[in-house]
Amino acid sequence: MTQGALDTVAAAASSPEVEQPWADLGLKSDEYDRIREILGRRPTSAELAMYSVMWSEHCSYKSSKVHLAQFSDSTEAMKEKLLVGIGENAGVVDIGDGWAVTFKVESHNHPSYVEPYQGAATGVGGIVRDIMSMGARPIAVMDALRFGALDHPDTLRVLPGIVAGVGGYGNCLGLPNIGGEVVFDSCYQGNPLVNALSVGKMRIEDIHLAKASGVGNKVVLFGAKTGGDGIGGVSVLASETFDADGPAKRPAVQVGDPFAEKVLIECCLDLYAAHVVDGIQDLGGAGLSCATSELASNGDGGMRVWLDRVPLRDASLRVEEILMSESQERMMAVVEPGRLEEFMAIAKRWDVEATVVGEVTDGKNLEVFWAGELVVDVPPRSVAHDGPVYNRPMQRPAYLDALQANVPDGLARPADGEGLKAALLALMASPNLCDKSWITNQYDRYVMGNTALATPDDSGVVRVDEETGRGVAISTDCNSRYAKLDPYAGAQLALAEAYRNVSTAGAVPLAISDCLNFGSPEDPGVMWQFAEAVRGIAEGCRTLGIPVTGGNVSLYNQTGEEAIHPTPVVAVLGVMDDVARRTRSGWKEPDQVIYLLGTTADEFGGSAWTQVAHDHLGGLPPRVDLDRERRLGEILVDASRDGLVGAAHDLSEGGLAVALAEASLRNGVGARILLDEVCERDGVDAFTLLFSETAGRAIVAVPGDEQVRFTDLCVARGFAHARIGVVDDEGGALDVQGQFTLPLAELRTAHTATLPAIFASR
Amino acid sequence: MRVGVVTFPGSLDDHDAQRAVRLAGGEPVALWHGDDSLRDVDAVVLPGGFSYGDYLRAGAIARFAPVMSALVPAAKGGLPVLGICNGFQILCESHLLPGAMIQNDHRTFICRDQRLRVENAATAWTSGFEQGAEITVVLKNQDGQYVADRRTLHQLEGEGRVVFRYVVEEGGRNPNGSYRDIAGITNERGNVVGLMPHPEHAVEEGYGPSLDGLTFFRSVLSSVVNA
Repeated sequence: MTQGALDTVAAAASSPEVEQPWADLGLKSDEYDRIREILGRRPTSAELAMYSVMWSEHCSYKSSKVHLAQFSDSTEAMKEKLLVGIGENAGVVDIGDGWAVTFKVESHNHPSYVEPYQGAATGVGGIVRDIMSMGARPIAVMDALRFGALDHPDTLRVLPGIVAGVGGYGNCLGLPNIGGEVVFDSCYQGNPLVNALSVGKMRIEDIHLAKASGVGNKVVLFGAKTGGDGIGGVSVLASETFDADGPAKRPAVQVGDPFAEKVLIECCLDLYAAHVVDGIQDLGGAGLSCATSELASNGDGGMRVWLDRVPLRDASLRVEEILMSESQERMMAVVEPGRLEEFMAIAKRWDVEATVVGEVTDGKNLEVFWAGELVVDVPPRSVAHDGPVYNRPMQRPAYLDALQANVPDGLARPADGEGLKAALLALMASPNLCDKSWITNQYDRYVMGNTALATPDDSGVVRVDEETGRGVAISTDCNSRYAKLDPYAGAQLALAEAYRNVSTAGAVPLAISDCLNFGSPEDPGVMWQFAEAVRGIAEGCRTLGIPVTGGNVSLYNQTGEEAIHPTPVVAVLGVMDDVARRTRSGWKEPDQVIYLLGTTADEFGGSAWTQVAHDHLGGLPPRVDLDRERRLGEILVDASRDGLVGAAHDLSEGGLAVALAEASLRNGVGARILLDEVCERDGVDAFTLLFSETAGRAIVAVPGDEQVRFTDLCVARGFAHARIGVVDDEGGALDVQGQFTLPLAELRTAHTATLPAIFASR
Repeated sequence: MRVGVVTFPGSLDDHDAQRAVRLAGGEPVALWHGDDSLRDVDAVVLPGGFSYGDYLRAGAIARFAPVMSALVPAAKGGLPVLGICNGFQILCESHLLPGAMIQNDHRTFICRDQRLRVENAATAWTSGFEQGAEITVVLKNQDGQYVADRRTLHQLEGEGRVVFRYVVEEGGRNPNGSYRDIAGITNERGNVVGLMPHPEHAVEEGYGPSLDGLTFFRSVLSSVVNA
């Protein structure tokens, strides 16, 4: 942007002919025309900056909005526990006993490709501020990560930085990292995904909202100074496709300081406790442009801001840059004048810089002054909420018929027990199913002392109330190979898996948040995938009776013509009365009886076995049956509550074989398994039973004397269940009788060697 | 029995340390970095975290906090002080304990359940253990490699002031490259103990790898009673 003299509102009104760099700022010509129409004049350069970032794809959801409306179409049952829904910084759910939790998953994909460490770190920082701005204390984080092929050179550049960034920021904030995903697929080469989740807790009466109301109330900017980093991050970086040349947009990435954020968290909580905050908003994407326009448009009046009062890290920053900067660790609060002194005293105690930069007015507009001159005078809603809405063309991709017709039925399958054993070892050593502790051990999972379960268990579980043990379980899931084959089913399978993973811990699923990662919306095929996935999640949530509380859309995840697989990551949150009673995913007690819940069909489309054994992707994903998922969830929750299970583990990628191997490795306690009866019942062979990925299944270990009560639970819900073996602490092996015996030591060696072999030596 | 827990800006495990004191039967007292008063406590815990963002060097700025001007003379006078992780780093920076911590030899943060051997069960914080006992607590840090010059190491070993060592498998390596597998040390008098692993994360059934951490806090409660 070039600028000579200050471009004031008066100057704009009298110089309609001035050429403006709207295209360089990512606006389309009709969008620029619309801004002129709204204002009745050309925008000032400061106004243009605000509109350009707020009307970017990232902030305005202009391509996705028409589809996301389906998430708001919820039944009464779905709204029952929902305290704050879509539209605020994060959704809030009632978990009982007067406690509320807020959670959200959000992407930071593009910055993490350009600058892995800072991109991932500020992704964590941003989502944590969203949680703080609801009035909550953040209590945990999770991260769903996707990388290109494990052996690709760029993965070696991107992964260590992203992992260190997630850890460096979260560890320093003192938030336990309790789970997530690490997935490798060549479709993410050049477009790694960093989806960060945070969850926070508060008493219901302490919920805060982003609104500026009350004429004369002060607008306070507090936290870090504003610098020149992250300018245009949302418009230039997150809303466009990368060129094949690779990262060149370094200045658009923000730089994080977790120490500043940790202090800001404690400061905010003290401010909330003192009841001196009337409205609050974090500064993330689009910085001050977003915070001021959203606060003002959610309030009942206007807002006046003196921009020259904003503390700067760099005195040479210009008006537009200050409005667009995405400098981290900043918050904006609305404070009654009578509480200002107390507010400032609390900020000072934490050495947090706080500055009154504006006030709420009885006008309608957001007015921004610089050196006494009016440089912005806009209806705030037109910036924050009334951005363009596109109903983009959609078309089922032409390649899909061929892809779905390329069924995996003809792929060579293992013929004997040795072949099955080799297949299992290959899966357990494969990039997506191998042990991830080289990564997850870089995250603090213990801080705060409330972690009851963490990765590699099925979900992360944290205590909310120290008196009663009431707490929450969260799992994030998505198998994008399924979604590539069928985005509607793939999205529902992601929902089903996360729902199941929360249930195996013994938690009642309450709500979801989603992070929808797709390619370019300007490609009709991608737009069709997006629409199908949204429809899948919305309909799935209605069937399961749980609401979508919020989330995030990340488009333009593609390089050139190559889009990523559709990746609708679903996070399900569940509640437990006492997390000390949660069920673990690994068995320990000898002679507990292992049951397989659910029937198995021959379903290999998109499966891990086809990927690892044949590098194949084709056919249809497993069939979705959400009613079956719900009944399975009820059984798992009731069994956990009544103490009928010693362990429970969901079946997903790699099927029964991988679930048995993981449950054995967790505590180094093996099992003896007999498949014959189930093979006969389901009409499948041992290979299919072991490796098919039919949904709606789990394994549990039941104490011998609880078998009757447990099977009664299954019978009452008409749910297929079969005894398939016993926990065996003596053999030191996973023994699938009549097929193979796999010593746990051999299994562990294969499982744990993969990541260190690539990364540890570096 | 009042046990103070200092909160610096950037302290993370201060509430965990307070909980551990409470579960062990003591009364936790919050101490603030900016106050030069110890509020008449009977012992002090410097908790884990990243005080002042670990700017400059872990513990280097915390050493100059007002609370330390009260703590250092009190520790020299015999007040039991436990430094955990960042607290250990602060104790070294304050010269209450010798040596220093540098970045882990593998250059990454590491969080895992860690076995330790109790080498000295005579300090204010370890009297409840048996000499030679093996315990399991949480290890989590970026800068956990204990280093000291040869003379200091010789002196620590000779005077029995190595309190904890990492238990290393045959042919294995300790988790961060610490010299002589040292995880924790004490001063000459045995009232000041610093260690990198986190006993406060092993005090409650279901929320940590063991209950071994409770013994640290019970030890100091009984040592104060007996003093």
